[in-house]
Amino acid sequence: MVEAGRSPNIEIVSNADLLSLDGKPGNFTATVRVRPRYIDAEACTACGLCTKYCPRHMVDGYNEGLGITRPIHIDYPQAVPATYYIDPSACLFLQHGTCQICVPVCRSRAIDFSQQPTERKLAVGAVIMAPGFGRVPEAALTRYGYGQHPDVVTSIEFERLLNPSGPFKGEVRCISDQRHPHRIAFIQCVGSRDLGCDNGYCSSVCCMYALKEAMVAKEHDPECEITIYYMDMRTQGKDFDAARKRAEEHSGIRFVRAKVAAVTSWDQGLKLTYATMDGSHGFTGYDMVVLSVGLDAPTDAGKLAAIGGFALNRYDFCRTSTFAPLESSSPGVYVAGAFQGPKDIPESVTQAAAAAGIATGRLKTQRGTGVILKSYPTEKTADAEAPRIGVWICHCGINISGVVDVHKVTDYAGQMENVVYFNDSMYSCSQDAQETIKEKIKEHKLNRVVIAACSPRTHEPLFQETLKDAGLNRSLFEMVNIRDHCSWVHANEPEAATQKSMDLVRMGVAKARLIQPLPEQTVPVNKSALIIGGGVAGMTAALTLADQGFPCTIVERQDLLGGMLRQAHYNLPGDDVPGFLKNLVDKVKKNKLIDVLTNAALLATEGFVGNFASVVQETKGKKMVEHTIDHGVILVATGGRPHRPAKVLGVELPKSDRIVTQQELEAQLAGKAKNRAPGSVVMIQCAGSRGDDLAYCSKICCNEAVKNALKIKEINPASQVIVLYREMRTYGYAEDAYRQAREKGVLFVPYTMDNKPVLAAKGKGVKVSYHDPILREAVELAPELLVLSVGLVPESTDELSKLLKIPVNADKFFLEAHAKLRPVELPVAGIFLAGLAHAPKPLEEIIVQAQAAAAKAAMPLVRGKVEVEPIVSHVDQDTCIGCGICASLCPFQAIQMLKVDNKRKAETIAASCKACGICAAHCPTFAISMGGFTNEQINAQIQAFGAIDKE
Amino acid sequence: MAKAQDKKTGAVMVVGGGVAGVQTALDLTELGFYVYLVEKSAAIGGAMAQLDKTFPTNDCAL
Repeated sequence: MVEAGRSPNIEIVSNADLLSLDGKPGNFTATVRVRPRYIDAEACTACGLCTKYCPRHMVDGYNEGLGITRPIHIDYPQAVPATYYIDPSACLFLQHGTCQICVPVCRSRAIDFSQQPTERKLAVGAVIMAPGFGRVPEAALTRYGYGQHPDVVTSIEFERLLNPSGPFKGEVRCISDQRHPHRIAFIQCVGSRDLGCDNGYCSSVCCMYALKEAMVAKEHDPECEITIYYMDMRTQGKDFDAARKRAEEHSGIRFVRAKVAAVTSWDQGLKLTYATMDGSHGFTGYDMVVLSVGLDAPTDAGKLAAIGGFALNRYDFCRTSTFAPLESSSPGVYVAGAFQGPKDIPESVTQAAAAAGIATGRLKTQRGTGVILKSYPTEKTADAEAPRIGVWICHCGINISGVVDVHKVTDYAGQMENVVYFNDSMYSCSQDAQETIKEKIKEHKLNRVVIAACSPRTHEPLFQETLKDAGLNRSLFEMVNIRDHCSWVHANEPEAATQKSMDLVRMGVAKARLIQPLPEQTVPVNKSALIIGGGVAGMTAALTLADQGFPCTIVERQDLLGGMLRQAHYNLPGDDVPGFLKNLVDKVKKNKLIDVLTNAALLATEGFVGNFASVVQETKGKKMVEHTIDHGVILVATGGRPHRPAKVLGVELPKSDRIVTQQELEAQLAGKAKNRAPGSVVMIQCAGSRGDDLAYCSKICCNEAVKNALKIKEINPASQVIVLYREMRTYGYAEDAYRQAREKGVLFVPYTMDNKPVLAAKGKGVKVSYHDPILREAVELAPELLVLSVGLVPESTDELSKLLKIPVNADKFFLEAHAKLRPVELPVAGIFLAGLAHAPKPLEEIIVQAQAAAAKAAMPLVRGKVEVEPIVSHVDQDTCIGCGICASLCPFQAIQMLKVDNKRKAETIAASCKACGICAAHCPTFAISMGGFTNEQINAQIQAFGAIDKE
Repeated sequence: MAKAQDKKTGAVMVVGGGVAGVQTALDLTELGFYVYLVEKSAAIGGAMAQLDKTFPTNDCAL
């Protein structure tokens, strides 16, 4: 957020409404009305004095109405832009012409009641709609006692209760009498999968956030008993099932599969009445009930659609198609995030990159014409001067100061040698704090900065940027983590945590005295890509890159393009999948910027981001041809294939041609045989998945089963189709198809792993017996066809993992750099990831991911150069004895051995180095030092640790 | 720093300043475009700014 706030190329037009959009793709004019904030953004210093003096109370919307604020306020201290504003609906002057107390109070004279709404015309080439989601109807909530009993809260309200900046400062308390709740219930699917409020879809996020909130609440109070009432736990995302298991086994959260009928007042608390799967009823008392509310379409969806001239779907989300998931029906208008359909953060982040990629692909002639290149003041040379250190100690709201005595630590820091400025800061990451830091650097001529706050992993780049803005080399910065290392881990020992903070600050300052400016390095980029895998992910990525104007080579192992999609005949929404694939292959073949090598395999890759060289072997008949390709980035899209489990539900499969997979059934149903839709079919879900053989959920099998069940019913309505499942995970709009299948008479019968169906051979056929929870008895069937919903496994990731040094997870899928924030990047710079090689997912999500990976891969190509982190390792070749230990240990292939004056020496490839320090730690002659972590600096820290001066 | 006003070309508008909108804006700049990020409320951040931690790693949402 702060990054967006300080980018010179992003203009935040907040407090603004889109009024109209005219023109055509490539040349739109948008009219925007900016409502007055009544505060001059340039003058406001976000000091907060005005809020203190404002006499009027109002409900705090940011805290979900659980707290109060004043009409003149800021939602939260890290808000961007960091400017206060006046809510005209509650302000005494704007409503009644009285008061105006705030005007003289403001020292910067920033309050300006004369501001009027302004209209602005913006010339833009494309529009991306990302208005998010709205709230589910009130009626979905009142059904469970919301509004009648204060301790029935929504999950968003509960989120605020858990938050340190929330109404009770992070303590979970009942709203009614502020007691700590001992028993909390979560009710799932509130306003989702609910035709009562016309939200037939599944919101796809509530199961995950309920688990998260339950686990965090349990951390706050381990004695608290938490129960989640659910229909299906839909934790189908990558590694999500594992988190659900942790919640159950480690955190002790109870799961009850039941429909909740009502929540009523009972004694001092609440009574929750529910009906379980076998039809029995029960009730339990709770102190607090949390409603896991779904995501609805944004309230202004209709208005935006009218302005943008695009269509909405039946639930008022933006209408898109499977094959162009981010394109609205209006050319030049794209969509990203929850407005495209309910989704979680990683998928929104993926869609964001993809939408940016496809929108700009069509505007590439305009690229670079509107941007401003950020310039920094010339860096002062600091090495010659004596250290003048500035120290800031962050409160992080109460995250740190709730435990650590921040003032004591600040005063302590002030007494240290070379510290010329010291202060505490409420939120050192906020935008106004950056301004203060810059000011103080200039005012006190600081040449080293130490900030004691949270983790450098998340916030170091922000502070370094601030240093650059102030004319300091960004390496002249040291961060001390007193949140994770002190206030969090020693939450129950405030004095020890304070002492430890002082120790860490002393060590940080000791190091800061020795830090030196490090030069910034850049490396030029070869503007082309190598794409491994010619399935739908690889081809989509190639076309997206070609749209941006960059050439690429697709390396496909098989003789044809198309990958696993070649086996697909139809999909759930009824699109022409083979037609789409044919069209895609044609487009790829015709595109002059795309080179396709089939029957080809990657043999070797060397180099680093911007400058890779790969050897690809192509088989042409009996001939083998080797190609050497130079390229700047790599995109991994090696795909997956259906898993063939040896055992299903614990038994070896009987040999029978009556047992098929969903994929084989699909081929049969798409054929022309008269008897292709058998009269009786039993489908087994999670056959070989979710702990049966594979550990994980393959995300697509439930949709596939529903799709084929509906197809059978379409061809042969009399057919008896029974689906034995553990949890139906037809998330998103697929829920509609699941409902439709039940309406058409497809029987869905749940099973558990304690009581699983038994498969056995019966003559030439097959026999299935299972427990039916509604009949409460065992049922035995001999269906004409037994269909196994087998999961997906990645296509041989081992080899590529070794070749490119990219990691895989326990399930052999490639592991992305950050599950939330960098979902299509691999940890090795310049290598990107899309499709089934990342995790199982349906076609629509593969297309988006491929567009996103291509957009991310295009970024270094657009820049034309790569910036290298200055903290890379450096080999002192005079001391190096050429033993090669460093080169053999480097996990990123960032050290090369070369001959210097006929002697073997090591050298760092700066662009590949991740500064992990393994080489430096293992060098027997201390020839390797890490920029920013030299031996002298680390020794100084260790000595400072020992030098405790008991004042 | 001064922002450019009313560019004729090379600009894209993003409507909505939640996590999707902000990320789109950042990615657009990386692809060489100027961005107008239009947000109806007073600050960007959207629903994600209300979250404390995120599933399943419990990372800070801000």
